Amino acid sequence: MNFWRKVIAITWKDALSEMRTREIIFSVLVFTLLVIVIFNFAFGTSQEVIVLVAPGSLWVTFAFAGVLSLNRAFIPEKEQGCLEGLMACPISREIIYVGKVVSSLLFMLIIEAIALPIFAFLFNLPMLSLQVITITVLTTVGFVAVGTLFSALAVNTKAREMVLPILFLPIVVPIIIGAVEASGLALAGESWASFSSWLGIIVAFDAIFLVASFLVFAFVVEE
Amino acid sequence: MGQNITSPDWVVKVTGLTKSFGNQRALRGIDLEVRPGEFIVIFGPNGAGKSTLLNVLAGIINPSSGSILIGGRSLQDNAEEVRRQIGVVSHQTFLYGNLTAYENLEFYSRMYDVPRCEERIEEVAAIVGMTSRLHDRVSTFSRGMQQRISIARALLHKPAIMLLDEPETGLDQQAIAMLWETLHADGAEKRSIILTSHNLERGFELGERLLVLDKGKIVYEVFKKDLDLDGLKTAYQQSTRVSQ
Repeated sequence: MNFWRKVIAITWKDALSEMRTREIIFSVLVFTLLVIVIFNFAFGTSQEVIVLVAPGSLWVTFAFAGVLSLNRAFIPEKEQGCLEGLMACPISREIIYVGKVVSSLLFMLIIEAIALPIFAFLFNLPMLSLQVITITVLTTVGFVAVGTLFSALAVNTKAREMVLPILFLPIVVPIIIGAVEASGLALAGESWASFSSWLGIIVAFDAIFLVASFLVFAFVVEE
Repeated sequence: MGQNITSPDWVVKVTGLTKSFGNQRALRGIDLEVRPGEFIVIFGPNGAGKSTLLNVLAGIINPSSGSILIGGRSLQDNAEEVRRQIGVVSHQTFLYGNLTAYENLEFYSRMYDVPRCEERIEEVAAIVGMTSRLHDRVSTFSRGMQQRISIARALLHKPAIMLLDEPETGLDQQAIAMLWETLHADGAEKRSIILTSHNLERGFELGERLLVLDKGKIVYEVFKKDLDLDGLKTAYQQSTRVSQ
């Protein structure tokens, strides 16, 4: 219980800070909406083309929006040495990791919750189906789990805006491919069974990288 | 909560401490003992390893080798329990600018499991003279006011040991005077303090035992009662020159 109380305290602190500045949500949301609108104009009105390209467009948008958001995840902790302040507290490094994962996940899900209905409206696709929402949530969990670890790694480098995507995107390629394939089948009206194997890959990725990042995080921040 | 360290002889015992960052050796075999209530000042030029030493003692970074016992417990084996006994004030404030002073103190109270945290926040805010600004955002404060809230943050859990890493950096004379007044309040007589400083005059005035660190080694150590300020200045120059 104490573990989760402290995780919630970190998440609440991040949420409160974000509510005051709206740095992450505002900039990432503007980026996301712009990309959706550009894709919408680029692909025209042919529904056949849209069904074909929509899953890729959706996940390209979310992947780059995610990079933008995760790039900011540890910046408030670096200002005035707050990460050192947290590390001097009598809490395990894992609490810091889980707290940052939960806050990043929260920000990403808020952005996706706004972007999906707009995507559904502009592309005239069933983006708000339970299937697409499940795929989106599960993929975002894995994406954020890895992204938070690499964000902590990149924040100490000079060119952190460059370092994060270079390190992070190759690692998340499997889950993005899984999400594109599963979303494509879901948007085409296929049953759960038709994309269960892709969903399995996404869940396995989530589990492996959540555990691995949880275990490795202490080494990343201490060294 | 802090202030329950009972070892009679020392509260901090460091043996053979080393720390390397890649090929660069920041600490090269530090041995140090700190007695309860003792005020130690560590001087040294830039890059001597002062901040690294305090970061290792605070449990922020891990040593490469050697042992650190705090209150009889190994920092490496009981990191969370030991960190509970330590308060850190650095030239960086560890405060979130977008949160108010109260929200910052409340956040750190939760991290340190401070009981009755509302009362304690009011108490430490009064000690640092910031009660009237508690609900203002930290980003609107001057550097001196931020440092006072930083001290309040470090005092929240009543630590038995205070680690002060050049806390005067960027402060004017008035703010520096306030800093030391504050640190002498709130049960400071029972608290062991390790301060790193460039300021020989101030360090000499405050410390009981004076150390000079250079290139990751303690190159000079003396009790204040055994020399005057000029003696310290001469010893500092000689010891840092010799080790170069």
